[in-house]
Amino acid sequence: MSHIVIDSDKCKACYLCIEECPKKLIKISEKTNKLGDHYVEFCDPEHQCIGCAMCATRCPDLAITEVYRG
Amino acid sequence: MTECLVKPNKKVLMKGNYAIANAAVIAGCECYFGYPITPQSEIGEFMSGKMQELHRGYVSAESELAAINMVIGACSTGAKAMTSSSSCAVSLMQEALSYATSDQLPVVLVSVMRGGPGLGNIYPSQGDYNQATIGGGNGDYHLIVLAPSTVQECVDLTYKAFYLAHKYRNPTVLLADGLLGQMMEPVEFGEYPYPEIDNSEWALTGAKGRSGRIIRSYAPLADNQCVFLNKLFDKYRQIEENEVDWEEFETEDADLIITCFGSPSRNVRSAIKTCRKEGLKVGMLRPITLYPFPSKRISELASRAKIFLDIEVNMGQMLKDVKLAVNGKVPVEFFNRPVGNPPEVDDIISEIKKLIK
Amino acid sequence: MTTTLTQTFKIPESLRKGIKYSFCPGCDHGVAIRLVAECLDELGLREKAILAASIGCSVTAYDFLDVDSIEAPHGRALAEATGVKRARPDKFVFTYQGDGDFASIGLAESLHAALRGENLSAICINNTTYGMTGGQLGPTTLLGQITTTSPTGRNVEYYGYPIKIAEHVALCDGTAFSARVSLDTVQNIRKAKQAIKKAFEVQLQGLGFGFVEILSTCPTNWKMTPQQAHVRVREEMMKIFEPGIYKDITVNK
Repeated sequence: MSHIVIDSDKCKACYLCIEECPKKLIKISEKTNKLGDHYVEFCDPEHQCIGCAMCATRCPDLAITEVYRG
Repeated sequence: MTECLVKPNKKVLMKGNYAIANAAVIAGCECYFGYPITPQSEIGEFMSGKMQELHRGYVSAESELAAINMVIGACSTGAKAMTSSSSCAVSLMQEALSYATSDQLPVVLVSVMRGGPGLGNIYPSQGDYNQATIGGGNGDYHLIVLAPSTVQECVDLTYKAFYLAHKYRNPTVLLADGLLGQMMEPVEFGEYPYPEIDNSEWALTGAKGRSGRIIRSYAPLADNQCVFLNKLFDKYRQIEENEVDWEEFETEDADLIITCFGSPSRNVRSAIKTCRKEGLKVGMLRPITLYPFPSKRISELASRAKIFLDIEVNMGQMLKDVKLAVNGKVPVEFFNRPVGNPPEVDDIISEIKKLIK
Repeated sequence: MTTTLTQTFKIPESLRKGIKYSFCPGCDHGVAIRLVAECLDELGLREKAILAASIGCSVTAYDFLDVDSIEAPHGRALAEATGVKRARPDKFVFTYQGDGDFASIGLAESLHAALRGENLSAICINNTTYGMTGGQLGPTTLLGQITTTSPTGRNVEYYGYPIKIAEHVALCDGTAFSARVSLDTVQNIRKAKQAIKKAFEVQLQGLGFGFVEILSTCPTNWKMTPQQAHVRVREEMMKIFEPGIYKDITVNK
């Protein structure tokens, strides 16, 4: 199924990806990474992701490392 | 305008500037970038035609800033590349020379000195000894500086400039003056006498089968910069150990040692010959490498000579290096012409006679 | 359950492995460098590419792009790139510069490289400020824009006008391609990539100078959130610096 892979250590919490996702599947985590930032998490319990890669295209920090469609 | 490249083993009469340009071509200079300025414009004029004829790199650069940085770019690929300029325009290149020392690139700069400061004039001068040996760039660095005194030496030291620049990966300056640039003398070229230096370990070639190399000076962390500078100065110690070059003339029993570099040494030599006929014990030490400077040898001579006389066409720039080397053992006197042709032979003789009887 | 997965995004091969950008959160430099890497990948250029890096935040491009790189003094990237290309015409040579580097201190080098029709590709990030030094007024700072050296906003009396870079480059006869793009939306990011690719291709075809000006954000110095910064790009910058292709000799001829 379509999904994305997030490297939470690279996330600098700009949250540009959140509004980019057409299905609103990216959320701010309650946990923090080494930078002390509340990184983003991929939450797709209903398998709505379409693998469009809009989030990864927008991400300025290569934190979304892989996107798959299927 | 352009004088043709000569056959290697034929003696020809040639201007210093053309001799330098021809020698650069024979040395295998792959790229020339330049901007006109008197008294060295013949170098760029010759190169514009010759480099195109040989399908090598040539650009009439938009400024000296651009020219020297084009040389840096070409050198970063391991190519032999050069620019030539003069005094006030070499001032514009100081930033890039500082970068090139830090980047450890084999930049060759021919600096044909004219009168300064500022625009000054186009008469010969030695006013850029400080500019070449100390420099106006930022940070701790040295340029290798070679000072010819004849047109033949313009050729020989152009070859050597390319060799040393590549051997040590350090910018190297051929420091001539307007007199040498414009005068004609018989000259022989021969073949480029030095081995080619392997640069495959560092040159930018495209990162084929490896990760990308970076030629950089930017070192955000102080510790890294400390390591780098210590390494850089290890290299300078090697250069000082191996490459000091000078000429001595009649110094063996001399009471008076004249120090001078470049074109004034020609009249100094004539003056010494005359004085020797009169029984005056005069000799000359002429540094050929201004960096590294022959301090050790001057110090040795200072242990047995009675007095030094430094002669320059400036207000006394090499003088301080001579004084440092002599280190107070004997007096160091100074005789000069601020700008223009070197002091006349007769004037040098009377200066000598003032100091020794 | 058997489904075939198609990878629709990956980190480009032309980026160094395991890198972390040193840019501020939300800075578009990261996107621009990734697009450059994607174009290097897609055109198979990594192993023949040589980058002339510049001064400012853009200098760090060599820490991220896995290509051979030379660092240029401020403003001299295109002079160094010229030297590289003249020495090694078979290499793919490009610059990655900021607006201050390209269009202020390096304007002579930039326009003369274009006028000579050097077979080079130049990428210029326009974020209307000197970012690394703390947000001073630069050549592209908009009229009215407050910076640390225009505390009451850029006025004509003291500062004159901002430069429209892509238009100037397009006026040079040696330019093969000149475009201005924006990174404010995903759609525009995709357009930006096409422009970068085109600027690379004209070099490969030996047609002359390829140039892309990329409107980009500096949320830190603009004192905005990354989201607000993109709104500013759209509503303020793109009104003055209109995106578009200003020259493309592959279609005009």
